[in-house]
Amino acid sequence: MSFSVSAGEFFVIIGPNGAGKTSLLKVLSGLLKAQKGSVAIKDKNILHYRRRNLSKIMAIVPQHIEVGFPFTVAETVIMGRTPHLGLLGMEGKYDFSVSEDAMKFTGVAHLADRKLFQLSGGELQRAIIARAICQEPEIILLDEPTTALDPAHQLKIMDLMEKFRRENGTTIIMVSHDLNLASMYGDRLLLLKNGRVAKTGTPGAVLQKKTLEESYGCRMHVDESPLGQVVRVTPIPDKYFPNQDKKNT
Amino acid sequence: MNTSIGKRILLITILLSALLILIGIIAIAAGSSGIHFWETLAIMAGKNGTDNATATIIWQIRLPRVILAAFVGGSLALGGLVFQALLRNPLAEPYILGISGGSAIGAILAMLLSLSYFPGVTIFSFTGSLLVLAFVTALAGTTLGNTMLSRDSLLLGGVMMNAFCAAVIMFLISMTRSFQVQHILYWLMGDLATMQKGQLPILLLVLPCFMIIFMLARPMNLLLLGRETAAAMGINVKNIVMLLLIITSLMVSIIVSLSGLIGFVGLVIPHIFRLLLGPDHRLLVPACLLGGASYLILCDLLARLLPSSGELPVGIITALIGAPLFIVLLLRNRT
Repeated sequence: MSFSVSAGEFFVIIGPNGAGKTSLLKVLSGLLKAQKGSVAIKDKNILHYRRRNLSKIMAIVPQHIEVGFPFTVAETVIMGRTPHLGLLGMEGKYDFSVSEDAMKFTGVAHLADRKLFQLSGGELQRAIIARAICQEPEIILLDEPTTALDPAHQLKIMDLMEKFRRENGTTIIMVSHDLNLASMYGDRLLLLKNGRVAKTGTPGAVLQKKTLEESYGCRMHVDESPLGQVVRVTPIPDKYFPNQDKKNT
Repeated sequence: MNTSIGKRILLITILLSALLILIGIIAIAAGSSGIHFWETLAIMAGKNGTDNATATIIWQIRLPRVILAAFVGGSLALGGLVFQALLRNPLAEPYILGISGGSAIGAILAMLLSLSYFPGVTIFSFTGSLLVLAFVTALAGTTLGNTMLSRDSLLLGGVMMNAFCAAVIMFLISMTRSFQVQHILYWLMGDLATMQKGQLPILLLVLPCFMIIFMLARPMNLLLLGRETAAAMGINVKNIVMLLLIITSLMVSIIVSLSGLIGFVGLVIPHIFRLLLGPDHRLLVPACLLGGASYLILCDLLARLLPSSGELPVGIITALIGAPLFIVLLLRNRT
C-alpha cells in the first residue's frame, strides 16, 4: 500500500471492522513497526526519529482512554507538554499558558480541576484533544474520536478539529466509521479493505455505491446530501428488500 | 494549584522531613527505661558529660538502627510505588510479587557459602530478585506491552512465587547444620537488630536509586495512562520501564540483604499518600520515601517496646498492619 498525506490536509481513513484501520494508524504514528515498507514524515523515515522528537511533530488521540487513575483535566492536558520539557520534567510559564489555551479552545477550561472519571464522554474526548493540542503538533492522529458520542457532540468534536486545522495549518488524519462525517469533513479519504487500500481520493470519488457495497458487504444508497456538494451515504437494511436474496458481495 | 508543583514538592519534602527527624529522635530516645527525649537531644548535641553508657547505646546501637529503619522503610515504600505504576496495579509490591523472596534466596545462598556481605551477598540477592522479576513481568507481559494475565492473576502468580521462594528458603535452611541458622532465621523474619554497624555504608548504594526514580517520576505518571499513550507523548517506554525495573530491584535486593523480609510497607505507604496527594508521582516519590522511612521507624519502635521482654522482628508488625489493609483494598477494588 502506498499513499501520502499533504501538510494541512484533513485525511480520513475509512473501512469495515478488521480492515486494519487502527493498525494503520499505529504504524503511521510509529507505535507499531510496519512488517513491510516504511512511513516517512517530512521525507525522513519514522523509525529514524527519536520518540521524543516524533511527539513534538505528531499527537495521537487514542480510541481507548485510561481514566482509572484520578488525574484532573488540567493535569492530563499538561502531560501533552512532555516532549517539550527538560530533564526534570518541570513545566514552566509557557507550558501552562499553552495548556490553558488548549483547554479554552476545546471548551474544558471550566472543568480544569475535575477528575477525568467525572467527565461525560464528550467532555473527556475534548480534554484528550486539548492534551493533543498542547503538544503543539503539526499532525494530529485521531482514532474514532466520535464513536461513543451523540450527533451534536460528534459535530462539536469535528468542528473543533476543523477549526484548529484552519487556524494552525495542522494535518489531521482520522480513522472513522462514520461515512457521512468523513464525507462532510474529509479533504481526501482512504478506504481500507483487508489491510489494503481499496481506494483513495476525494469523498465523491471514494464514496461510491459499488465500491462501498463491495467493501462493507451491505447495501448502500449514495446520493447528494441536502446540504449540497456533499455525498451522503445511507446503509440499507435487508428488511427493505424482503423479496430478494441478499445481494452477492 | 498546578502552577506550584515545585513548591508543593518542596513543602511536602520539608514537612515530612521534619516528621521523620522528630520520629527518629523519639525512637532513639525510647528504650526499656522509658523515653528520655531531652537527655537524648543533649547527648546528640555533644553534651555527653552525664552518662557514658547511655551515650554509647545511643551512638552505637540506636542511631544506626534508626538509620537502617529509615532507609529500609523509604526504599520499600518507593519500591511499591514504582511497581504499582509499572504494573498499573495498586496492589503490587515487592514482597507480594515475590521479588523480596527471590532476593532472600540469593542472600541466603551467599550467606551459606560464607561470602562477604558486600559485594557477595548483595550480588546474589540482586540476581535472585531479577530472576523473580523476569518471571513475574513475563506473567504480566509488561516488557512485551500486551497483558497476558489479568490483574488478579498477576497477584496470584506473585503469591505463588512467594510461596515457592519460602519453600526454597526453608529447604536451604533445613539442609544446613551451620551455626548461622539462628542468625538467618531472625534476619528472614525482618529484623533490624541483626545488622552490624559496619554494614551501614552499603545503604549509600540506594541513594542513586532514589535519585533516578525521582527523575523518572513524570514518565511514571504517563505510564499510568498506558504504554501507547505514554509513547505517543514522547516517552521511550521500553527503556524507561527496563531502567525502573532494574533500579528498583537493585534497591529492594540491597535492602532485603540487610534487613530480611519486611512486607507490606510498599503497599501501605503509597496507598496513604495517593489518598492524600493524588496520583502525581513527582509528589509521591519524595512523600513515599520520607513517609516510608518514618513509618518503619515507628513500626520498629513498636517491635522494640511491645513485648515485655526481648523484642519482635519488625516484619511481624508490618505484616499485622499491612495484610488486613491489603484485603480491604482487594475488596474495594472489586466494586
